[in-house]
Amino acid sequence: MAPMNSVNREIPLPLRGLEGAQPFGGAWARHAAQPRKLLSAGRPTKVLGSLEEAIRKSGLESGMTISFHHHFREGDQVVNLVMEAIAQAGLRDLTLAASSLTSIHAPLVELCRKGVIKRIFTSGLRGELAEAISHGLMDLPVVIHSHGGRARALLEGGIEPDVAFLGVPSCDCYGNARGWTGRSACGSLGYAMVDARVARTVVLLTDGLEEYPAAPASISQVLVDWIVPVDSVGDPKRISMGATRMTRDPRELLIARRVVDAMDAAGVIRDGFSFQMGSGGASLAAVSFLRQRMMERKARASFALGGITSQTVRMLEEGLVGALFDVQSFDMEAARSLGVNANHFEVDASFYATPDTGGPAVNLLDAVILSALEIDTDFNVNVITGSDGVIRGASGGHCDTAAGSALTIVVAPLVRARTASIVPRVDTVVTPGETVDLIVTDRGTAVNPRRADLKDALAQGGIPTVEIEDLAALAEGITGKPQPVEHTERVVGIVEYRDGTVIDVIRQVKD
Amino acid sequence: MEITKLGMAGTLESCDASVTVEPPETGNSGIELSIDCPDRRFSPHVRKAVLAALQEAGVAAARVFVRDRCALDCTIRARVLAACHRAAERI
Repeated sequence: MAPMNSVNREIPLPLRGLEGAQPFGGAWARHAAQPRKLLSAGRPTKVLGSLEEAIRKSGLESGMTISFHHHFREGDQVVNLVMEAIAQAGLRDLTLAASSLTSIHAPLVELCRKGVIKRIFTSGLRGELAEAISHGLMDLPVVIHSHGGRARALLEGGIEPDVAFLGVPSCDCYGNARGWTGRSACGSLGYAMVDARVARTVVLLTDGLEEYPAAPASISQVLVDWIVPVDSVGDPKRISMGATRMTRDPRELLIARRVVDAMDAAGVIRDGFSFQMGSGGASLAAVSFLRQRMMERKARASFALGGITSQTVRMLEEGLVGALFDVQSFDMEAARSLGVNANHFEVDASFYATPDTGGPAVNLLDAVILSALEIDTDFNVNVITGSDGVIRGASGGHCDTAAGSALTIVVAPLVRARTASIVPRVDTVVTPGETVDLIVTDRGTAVNPRRADLKDALAQGGIPTVEIEDLAALAEGITGKPQPVEHTERVVGIVEYRDGTVIDVIRQVKD
Repeated sequence: MEITKLGMAGTLESCDASVTVEPPETGNSGIELSIDCPDRRFSPHVRKAVLAALQEAGVAAARVFVRDRCALDCTIRARVLAACHRAAERI
């Protein structure tokens, strides 16, 4: 006789076509029993009383991998808080996989020394932690990812977070979370969305618990295990990327004008085009000049991508741009817009920039404006190490957008203080020269010789250009020839290209 | 040019250098030079520019302190000359 299941039905196993089928064993045989309570007794909740409890319940053990996002930028309160609690819990040898780290994360130096943190994956590194790592703090080199490369590694399993600790400005008791409301609003949660998808356990930290349902949500309840209310996830004053008012620096204004003239001569500014611009002074000024030029040309952009600022929001609201794809909102105006504008879309890091998918948004870019610490005569760009060889920057979406965009423009003043921006050989390559088309400085514009089409277009448009070697010579004439930075042989940082291969290494600086 | 009192020129802003020129200690007759240069790649350049400017001013005996903030050679020359002139009561 066939076995009876738990509701007394005879199930004649095996069943043809569904040979692995098992008999029903009761509603809670395979899942934790759902408390059956009236609303008066409260909703089911994932909210825990303390971070310590969340760490315990997450199953985190020594040697595991934890992940964080950087949407609170210099105002982030989450990483230090969680790492301190993890240290208190006595855990060690952790791999910290953050989408980026900033100067606010200086307390991690001590946790690296104590052995709580064994290894760091990040896109950017600044301040005391960057300084200490450059001088040999860690046994294992830090791995620098691009935003697209990090999302690729998360999706392919190169980085496997056991627990993601994600700060969110608002969420409900079941984990529907978003970034454009709440007192620590940061706008898009584009980087965190990938972590929420792949991490084995997801713990949200929030200072903005809302009534259920907090919909629409950027991170869905189905991805979330636990929620911890905390005093503050981010300092609102430091979440926004500084003032986004127009620069008055004449060099930046000159560079911005030249960028827009070059884009125009190259035929980029036409109906349906797309662009991404950074948040640096010259980039922001370029957006303003681009807006004027678009109005003159009666050209409307189909979309703007990337870090979104108040400038691009204004163009969306004026109807000059059809849609915004926002992986990271650089200021409060962008955060506000994300909540109210139907064509302001939040996108995750993988949609933004990951290679080897069906195709990221960077592939649809007609032009991107990027800044740089150094550019060399092969057009290679360094955005990670300073002139003294110390880490002080971020890979970000630099190499992703450079590879995807039809026209990649890199801007820099020829000389900053006594440091040349155009050099014979950059200290560290982040973005390969073959993906960089145009260098615009205050002392001249250089076209990559690989782009003969661009050179012709600029010549026809009456845009004067110079050879990049001449820019390098001009810079050296002003600053003098520097003595080389002295490094030891020891590798302290590994710079991955977006495809996961190693494009350069960072060596320890000599004291 | 004879240095008779303390003369200063320049600031600690980026791209500038703060230069102090004083009479030499009694018994000393040469240049006593102290340079604080945050960018080691350019330390020799700064030293050379300072010494050239002192020579140009005709200063053979002085105590000179330079706090460089990544100034270009032309800036260093201007600051050293101005400090020397002030220290020699020429201006």
